[in-house]
Amino acid sequence: MEEERRRWFALQVERLTDRLYGTALRLTRNAEDAEDLVAETVAKAWAKLAELRDPQAFEAWIRRVLNNTFVSEWRHRRAGPELAEPLPCEDGAEEAFSLFEKLHQPFLLWWGNPEESAITNFLREDIDRALDALPDAYRVVVVLVDVEGYSYPEAAETLGVPVGTVRSRLSRARDQLQRSLWRHARDAGLTIGGSNEM
Amino acid sequence: MKCEDVLRQLVAYLDRDVDAHTATEIDRHLEACRGCFSRADFERKLKAQLRAAGEKRAPARLRARIKGIVDKF
Repeated sequence: MEEERRRWFALQVERLTDRLYGTALRLTRNAEDAEDLVAETVAKAWAKLAELRDPQAFEAWIRRVLNNTFVSEWRHRRAGPELAEPLPCEDGAEEAFSLFEKLHQPFLLWWGNPEESAITNFLREDIDRALDALPDAYRVVVVLVDVEGYSYPEAAETLGVPVGTVRSRLSRARDQLQRSLWRHARDAGLTIGGSNEM
Repeated sequence: MKCEDVLRQLVAYLDRDVDAHTATEIDRHLEACRGCFSRADFERKLKAQLRAAGEKRAPARLRARIKGIVDKF
């Protein structure tokens, strides 16, 4: 019985290793730390397996174990009240940045559908680089909501912050992400004759 | 619902952070408004790109390490 349980667990973990590693890499930004996080997650998940009521929910459950493990260690490392460092303000601009609006310029529309073209031309590395450039407090929220698909209340509970904090960090983080991607699209020539203004 | 109301709530809508009534109103607007639909479509695709950032091939070293851990259980 125990051997059957162990085999089932090994099979599930094997199936999900890529996904767990991918999320761990985005959270830690470092391959070695990501591997340690996945290994720790697997050990914890086995120790807590009796808590899993529905075997069909294993994937969501083990991903939660991974996210909780990361957040708990991250908060412990900081050993202080949760403070999100302010994001650097681009050129003193305060208003919200919209990549869509930047790409969707009338003069660019002569060449077809610039926003569609840019988004299909972003490479995985562009997205990874933009995400990795965010300060921890912002990156973790984006990973939980956009990568892991958490709702705002779920992300708030995981991070131990109010839902309003999740909303505001997410909004600022996405603003920053879109600025990074715009810079990349412009530098890589993914926009045609795009404005140099941020 | 007007375009500015939809755009103001678009991110919350895509994140499923609006109530059912608002979601229905936005759905209806997006069916009829090409401009807002394009914007919503763009933001959806960007979200999909971010979600894909969590998909990476794990190194063989990690797979071997996990096998070693599970074998000891």
